[in-house]
Amino acid sequence: MTTNQLMFAIFSAVIIVFSILTVTSRRILRAATFLLFVLVATGGMYFLLRFNFLAAIQLTLYAGGIVVLIIFSILLTSHISEKMEAPGWKKIIPALIAVLAGAVITISTILQYPFPQQVMADSERTDIRMIARSLISTEKYGYALPFEVISILLLAAMVGAIILAKKRKD
Amino acid sequence: MFEGVPLTWFLITGTIMFFIGIYGFLVRKNLITILMSTELILNSVNINFVAFNKILYPDHLEGMFFTIFIIAVAAAEASVAIAIIINIYRRLVNIDVEKMNEMKY
Repeated sequence: MTTNQLMFAIFSAVIIVFSILTVTSRRILRAATFLLFVLVATGGMYFLLRFNFLAAIQLTLYAGGIVVLIIFSILLTSHISEKMEAPGWKKIIPALIAVLAGAVITISTILQYPFPQQVMADSERTDIRMIARSLISTEKYGYALPFEVISILLLAAMVGAIILAKKRKD
Repeated sequence: MFEGVPLTWFLITGTIMFFIGIYGFLVRKNLITILMSTELILNSVNINFVAFNKILYPDHLEGMFFTIFIIAVAAAEASVAIAIIINIYRRLVNIDVEKMNEMKY
């Protein structure tokens, strides 16, 4: 087993185990902490694939930003020691059936599909200059328009969040 | 094949994570836990994009840019959703989806 395979196995096991704990834990703050572990392991997987810039974004924005936001909202809306009531079997069994059926179909399709095996993957890091140039380029493989659209979306989300969360006068 | 790790391994990890997220989305009642399940789903899609990009098209960067934009959209979505959740909590004093049956006061 090579180092890459070992690292992949570790990250994958962490992701799967803590994802299951995230959706089954009855204490909501613990669920948020398990989500943090999942996101950090995903960042590790990006490092494994040599996407260092993307891994840094994942760690700062997802693991640093979104999880903190979720934990703040948990502290605002529920008591820490409170346990959520477990969902009934009437809800769990149909959900499990749907999820298992979907997972089996998808995984069997993936295993049957003939992906090309001989593509050479270079293990170099992605050049940050190339990322920057593509983000502001308007030619082929340039992402100037989505970049501008996403900046407007972030502005709209910021304004919307402030207006929604501020206190009304009535 | 990425230095010993086949593409299908990444895809299977992504699939399992995606369906765990769907399970949480269907079973959970608290709005914040539903939001966390959504984050799991988006994250699994990101793993798929990145693995496809690195293993099948290593000289392009499309998957990476899609992942960056998905992360940005997820951040915007989380902030707006949490603002809505806090607003609902202020009016109804709980955030249980089954106890919310009024859209307007």
